[in-house]
Amino acid sequence: MSTVFIALQANEETRPIIEAIEIDNPQAIVHRQPAMVKIDAQGRLVIRRATIEEQLGRDFDLQEIHINLISLTGHVVEDDETLTLSWND
Amino acid sequence: MDMKVAKKKLGLKDKYKLMTRDLGWEPSYHSKDELYPYMNYEGIKIHDWDKWEDPFRLTMDAYWKYQAEKERKFYAIIDAHAQNNGHLNLTDARYLSALKIFLQAISPGEYAAHRGFARVGREFPGVGPQVACQMQAIDEIRHAQTQIHAMSNYNRYYNGFHAFADQRDRIWYTSVARSFFDDSMSAGPFEFMIAIGFSFEYVLTNLLFVPFMSGAAYNGDMATVTFGFSAQSDEARHMTLGLEVIKFILEQDPDNLPIVQNWIDKWFWRGFRVLGLVSTMMDYMLPKRVMSWREAWDIYGVENGGALFKDLARYGIKPPRGWDDAEKAIDHMSHQFMLGLYQWSFGTAFHSWIPSDADMDWLAGKYPHTFDKYYRPRWKHIKKLADAGTPFKNYGLARLCQTCQLPSVFTEPDDPTLTCHRETVYKGEKYQFCSDGCQHIFENEPEKYIQAWLPMPQLFQDPINGDLGEWMKWVSLLDGKDNGDYAGSEDQKNFEAWRGLATTNQ
Ligand SMILES: [Fe+2]
Ligand SMILES: [Fe+2]
Repeated sequence: MSTVFIALQANEETRPIIEAIEIDNPQAIVHRQPAMVKIDAQGRLVIRRATIEEQLGRDFDLQEIHINLISLTGHVVEDDETLTLSWND
Repeated sequence: MDMKVAKKKLGLKDKYKLMTRDLGWEPSYHSKDELYPYMNYEGIKIHDWDKWEDPFRLTMDAYWKYQAEKERKFYAIIDAHAQNNGHLNLTDARYLSALKIFLQAISPGEYAAHRGFARVGREFPGVGPQVACQMQAIDEIRHAQTQIHAMSNYNRYYNGFHAFADQRDRIWYTSVARSFFDDSMSAGPFEFMIAIGFSFEYVLTNLLFVPFMSGAAYNGDMATVTFGFSAQSDEARHMTLGLEVIKFILEQDPDNLPIVQNWIDKWFWRGFRVLGLVSTMMDYMLPKRVMSWREAWDIYGVENGGALFKDLARYGIKPPRGWDDAEKAIDHMSHQFMLGLYQWSFGTAFHSWIPSDADMDWLAGKYPHTFDKYYRPRWKHIKKLADAGTPFKNYGLARLCQTCQLPSVFTEPDDPTLTCHRETVYKGEKYQFCSDGCQHIFENEPEKYIQAWLPMPQLFQDPINGDLGEWMKWVSLLDGKDNGDYAGSEDQKNFEAWRGLATTNQ
């Protein structure tokens, strides 16, 4: 199974997002690099709006992620509740 | 009193449908073929444009909202950088060479990408790709503008930033990136999308932006980190568009596969050659390095590109033809390129230098099979010449590859002691190439590449006529200021003096 990843800027806005990703993806590996955080996961990575809202303590629109997004890989599937990255292999 | 009725928020899918797909209409005054005349000549067959998917489903209203937010963040930091002498926080002014190459060669590429996407957004008949290309066209012009704006802060203090536009058009090494984008813009709309949207954005930009921006952060360059990450925040959307394009084309008709494969082969190799500049920036030009070019390639090339091509195998797509040659070049290219830049440094609008012993030890650790064996001895020899007061300068003109326009400084894939050189005779003229990949690209489209403008033949034409001083004037290169060795340069003296003022009370 191939690895998918998402990379986000390291800042106050992304801290709760990264925590939410860690909660929802226990298999994910978080790499903290200068000014950025890269999260690798085998095969699949799910980002859930509800988990981010719990961490953040306010409403969150998943598209807000675009502001701090650096890069990602895999096929993207997004709706109001989740953003999923995956490879078909 | 009016009852306040809570407005039901539209879901992402409905909003996308209404605010993107619903913007299209069926033409009645003209036929579709008249409106979109470039859809057939490349041989790509599309049966149903509605099958196009935009996974992010970003609509124009949300696009403006988030882009405005990115701009606010960007300018807050750029202002702080200018107000607080941000340029003195750099690790070392050698770092600026990487920025100068970026400004002269890469930022104009952003502008070229803007023009390309504006054009193909008009040429595709489907509303989905029209809107996605329009967004990307606006993104790319924003990238060019924010980069130029951010780096203008350095132009107030340092050499080599002042004439990037002339240098984009005229100096020799920038023609590598320029010809890459010109080649894509003069291709058909589908090829442009595979060239820039897929091959460059998806397979290669991570290698350019991610390690380089982390490098900027490591070297105290807040301005570049900011424009880099601000641009990169659009890049995820571009990459997703690139992947969507290729899936869409391949799913539309089985006849599209060989055409697309041929473009992937071509544009991977073209892009890989452009990245030669980046390998050198990463391995040599960052005083404090984040990762080596080899390490970046392992993550973003081997692991990530590998996963991508494994996934696309279900459509019959194979990894690009030059993939194995690329892998063989990784441990050599940055060293070969820096040696080239150093010996031609009289003709570069940035500084190069001989790596210190500590730098060479770092390189030996990162390139255990190649650096000490092939490259340390050469640097040591060059150092000896410099110490004796007879620094090595190569005033001979480099043989340029007709396809990628790099001087042929690279070696045979299987013999790092032999310069790689290929030749093709076409209509009685001899053409030179740096590699099998570039020769193959030429031989597929010779009529296109024989028209290429090459910087070396230009030297013997008006207004230069073989005179080096005239050439420097023509490319806006200030001799003794912009070019040459970093050691002893104005940039070095000024940075040290100003930093001294900033950190002492003298
Ligand atoms: Fe861009
Ligand atoms: Fe070449």
